[in-house]
Amino acid sequence: MNETVIKANKLTKRFGDFVAVDEITFDVHKGEIFGFLGANGAGKTTAMRMLCGLSIPTSGEATVAGYDVFSQPEEIKKNIGYMSQKFSLYEDLTVLENIEFYGGIYGLTNKEIKTKSEELTDKLGLHKEAKKLVRSLPLGWKQKLSFLVAIVHQPKIVFLDEPTGGVDPYMRREFWDLIYDAADRGITIFVTTHYLDEAEYCNRVTIMVDGKIEALDSPSGLREKFNVQSIDEVFYKLARQAKRSAD
Amino acid sequence: MNAITLNNITKTYNKGTVLAVDDVSFSVEKGELFGLIGPDGAGKSTIFRMLTTLLLPDKGTATVGGYDIVKDYKTIRGILGYMPGKFSLYQDLSVEENLTFFATVFNTTIEENYDLIKDIYVQIEPFKDRRAGKLSGGMKQKLALCCALIHKPDVLFLDEPTTGVDVVSRKEFWEMLKRLKEQGITILVSTSYMDEATLCDRIGLILNGKVLSIASPADTIKAYPEKLYAVKAQNMYKLLNDLRSHERTVNCYTFGEYLHLSIKEDGETIKNYLTEAGHGELVFKETIPTVEDCFIRLLKTQNERNGNKGE
Repeated sequence: MNETVIKANKLTKRFGDFVAVDEITFDVHKGEIFGFLGANGAGKTTAMRMLCGLSIPTSGEATVAGYDVFSQPEEIKKNIGYMSQKFSLYEDLTVLENIEFYGGIYGLTNKEIKTKSEELTDKLGLHKEAKKLVRSLPLGWKQKLSFLVAIVHQPKIVFLDEPTGGVDPYMRREFWDLIYDAADRGITIFVTTHYLDEAEYCNRVTIMVDGKIEALDSPSGLREKFNVQSIDEVFYKLARQAKRSAD
Repeated sequence: MNAITLNNITKTYNKGTVLAVDDVSFSVEKGELFGLIGPDGAGKSTIFRMLTTLLLPDKGTATVGGYDIVKDYKTIRGILGYMPGKFSLYQDLSVEENLTFFATVFNTTIEENYDLIKDIYVQIEPFKDRRAGKLSGGMKQKLALCCALIHKPDVLFLDEPTTGVDVVSRKEFWEMLKRLKEQGITILVSTSYMDEATLCDRIGLILNGKVLSIASPADTIKAYPEKLYAVKAQNMYKLLNDLRSHERTVNCYTFGEYLHLSIKEDGETIKNYLTEAGHGELVFKETIPTVEDCFIRLLKTQNERNGNKGE
């Protein structure tokens, strides 16, 4: 568990006078499920975009999968997976076409894509739906497929931005079963969520407030430190102090 | 008097091939806060769209404020407020322009009903010149609620108003709903957050277009038929797999820091089984089900009946 796959040191992003992310420092270990929490507008998405090689930081340092976020963003993109609630799959392509498309983007051979397609439809029990447009799938199924597609190239890390938003409690758990399974196979999981029960499923959790990391520990460590019964209360205590409005 | 009634409402799509709402009947009392709880695709939004007169039912009748949703749709449109699941304000208009627009459409002014929206509007007022499209999720939600309220509706329809909103904003939002309810406004709300379900007067659990149960949150919980255990150990993933593979396990799933387990076996036997399997730091206790447990149980039963995973 001790190999470090994400290393951030005083990582900062400014937009003009506005400090979106303010000197955040943390490490993430291989195979870890790392929860990244914060209120709307706390800076989570900006931080995640920097770690994915999509946004160049203003100052600080960070490496992801061993590559530098300033000088090697393209290498980072090849070595990570990404999925968000807002955009994941192409709705006008079928299940199989989506797998083919992403497999192709990530440089898999045709043979590998074929094997992966079978493996994924098997795992999700989507045989009947394989040739249907993704548009016609219920949200929960889409999100599960989207996650498996995001790790189709066996990345070292996968970034999940609110993957379960609007998904019902039963499907959310099936989704987390897939996360556990991937982590068990050594894929590092970096995940944001608004469902605080899901924070409990993480090995460690950070809570961002106004661009800064205000807490970083295991869920039980956080509960102890703040002397409360649930992560919900920790989050509420911290996020309520936020000065910056959620925008 | 009932503010909303549905009598055997059915709705299909694609020339009758997709059954979205299946013979649904229920009613919401005046001044009640009623929650519709169900997974994506259960038919919640379709029900909302029929009650807000945007969609005609295939069969059945329904009323809002005593008016028929088909015959009296014009009257109904004047007395209801609607916040659709998808953000539907004008992205290119500012916060204030959106609000003025909705007030004007309903033949009123912001000033006339300012009291009703004041608590909410002061929170977004600093951004009143910002375009709606540039607001954060929490702010958009507050603006949408203001626009739905500006004509002082009798009945408020809120379709998943808090999806994607953080816990602090969600709490604030529900406090606002409580105040609106105190002013006599009837509220029908859908949500995927089970902690919010407990804040409703009554909840209806809906699945595959059918309403499966309607009761207060307390009675919903009382109806849970089995004993439920909370289990925790050092290695939670192994614990989950060990409990799931036990032949007498009915259901086992993650629940915050614990696993929730229902099993056809007495507690002591299971505890021994887990100790023998080498689980350290074992915590095993009976627990009171929550609305979420009730919901999961219902979904699991239903999924198994349909031959798991849609096959």
